[in-house]
Amino acid sequence: MNQRSSNLLDEALGLDQSIEPWPLRGRIVAIEDQVETSGSFVLHHILKRSLSPNSSNVSIFIAFSQPFSHYDRVLRKLGCNLVTQRDNNRFFFFDMLMLQCPGGDEGISPECGLIALYGKIYKTIVALPEVSSKNVTIIIDDLSLMEVAANGSSDYVLDFMHYCRTLTTEFDCSLIALNHEDIYSSADRPTFLLQMEYLADILIKAEPLATGLASDVHGQLTVLNKGMNYRQGSSRNKISNFHFKVKENVVECFYPGSQG
Amino acid sequence: MAESICRALRDGALEGEHAPALTIKDSIASPFGFHVFCHVLSQLSSFILAGKSQSGGLVVVSFSRSPSFYLELLKNKGIDVVSSDKRIQILDCYSDPLGWKDRLIEAGNFTALSHEASNSSTANVLKDVKHMDKLYNSIVERGKGLIGGGKNRFSVAIDSVDEMSRHASTSSVAGLLSNLRSHDQVSSIFWLLHSDLHEARVAAVLEYLSSMVTSLEPLHQPANGHRGDLENLSLIEHNLKKGKFHVRIKRRNGRVRVMSEEVHIEQSGISFTSLSSEGAINQGLVPKVQFSLELSEKERIDRANVVLPFEHQGNGKPIQIYDGRRSLADSKHERQVAATEKVQTNEDSGGGEIIYFRDSDDEMPESPKASI
Repeated sequence: MNQRSSNLLDEALGLDQSIEPWPLRGRIVAIEDQVETSGSFVLHHILKRSLSPNSSNVSIFIAFSQPFSHYDRVLRKLGCNLVTQRDNNRFFFFDMLMLQCPGGDEGISPECGLIALYGKIYKTIVALPEVSSKNVTIIIDDLSLMEVAANGSSDYVLDFMHYCRTLTTEFDCSLIALNHEDIYSSADRPTFLLQMEYLADILIKAEPLATGLASDVHGQLTVLNKGMNYRQGSSRNKISNFHFKVKENVVECFYPGSQG
Repeated sequence: MAESICRALRDGALEGEHAPALTIKDSIASPFGFHVFCHVLSQLSSFILAGKSQSGGLVVVSFSRSPSFYLELLKNKGIDVVSSDKRIQILDCYSDPLGWKDRLIEAGNFTALSHEASNSSTANVLKDVKHMDKLYNSIVERGKGLIGGGKNRFSVAIDSVDEMSRHASTSSVAGLLSNLRSHDQVSSIFWLLHSDLHEARVAAVLEYLSSMVTSLEPLHQPANGHRGDLENLSLIEHNLKKGKFHVRIKRRNGRVRVMSEEVHIEQSGISFTSLSSEGAINQGLVPKVQFSLELSEKERIDRANVVLPFEHQGNGKPIQIYDGRRSLADSKHERQVAATEKVQTNEDSGGGEIIYFRDSDDEMPESPKASI
């Protein structure tokens, strides 16, 4: 077993300590990225952590962006075999690439569309053995493509996200979603982004450096860990900022100026 | 000041007047609106259960949190909703607001587990939040059920007008709130709104409906710089723990009272303090120099004790008015005394003293201006 060094991202997410019970239980994580700095690596990292051999966590991956083979290839390089995990019922992959919701509210039937997707997730969780059903991570890649599939209706996507949120309270799942900031940050469409920011307990932003492109640093991550959790009686409000470099088999996170 | 709003909600509606209505407004830069909502909710619940309020019951319309969240919140504040004599009802618009679960059940092969079963006496699930008149009827029905008939009144708390606005038009949301306000059995009503999720006119409509508006703002405005800037980051982190809390109260006679406080987010909840002196607010603007630009506590006391030259001393002695013109010798002597004994004088009398050096005293005696 490789002794991995806990990196800054793990620390910011609370994953540097023990991951059983899953530290992100019942929490919503929103990742915002931009064209210059893709945030997919954060999704891959969290997926890899959730499928760690030391935990009984189950991941449900809802893919609007890439097919299974893509994630399989990426996670293999990170040291995680998605095929094996899928066979062991620890990884459920919902391929939504071909989803197209019918137009018009009245015409929506539960057989397709986001209502059906919600139903499918619910059924999957309920069918899990007792132990696993308490440690489910739902990962969505990504919300802007979900909106496309919903014929541009961000309201429909927000409704779906609300129902996913009820899963976090009903089953203690964690919910991780990726969204593209630069699509929605223009003056007339910021509300979709803001809705997710309000919803999130942890907000992760992947942005370019203020100084522009660099070969040693691919961008910066800002992790805002809020989340009033009355159950635990704690109120975290911590912000972390560090640089990152995406390599073939790993992502390096470091404080500005500390990389030689 | 936050307590004055809670008292206003507790005291409720005057005969022949609409119920007091509170809008709690925040934005992503200072997202404490929900903390304030929970604070007001706990306070009002305590008043109701202690029989100290006009209102005999409270209907909580929960859109953004599950009913169990509110049960736990109130339990942590020492309020056991379940065992209380049914003074608090939660209208659950969170678990299945659009009836998706029912539609999936109809389509077959879907079983919804009911985890809220234990709370079914206090929580009622609403599965169609798009229709404001249905929502209105549900709220009024629950409220009346809490208090019975007669002249009793109930209060209403809505945790997210934003969610309502997503599902219905602004005019129908405004209509619902207005109808609740003017219902003769509603004692008071309050709701939460994230102002940056709407156009300005939506927030304006809701503010017009309110007799009280509280808004939250960041204490420090980060410069429009880069997020990676360390100073900006610490300001943002600071803004997540503290903020400015403004209250605007409309009186019956039309007068508007505006007050401000500082709000702190702590582990146990939130607390309110009076706004720090200007020095703290403008902390970011005060230049960092090696001498002190502010007065110490002792200096403040001394300043307060200074007897001003034309002030009536009021101690029975003939009033002495200093007109600033003394002989040169006197003023020089005074200056020396003042320079060496200033500190002692202050300590002896416990009061401050104005030390005044006339510019003309600096001039040479031969100068014609020196002669009196």
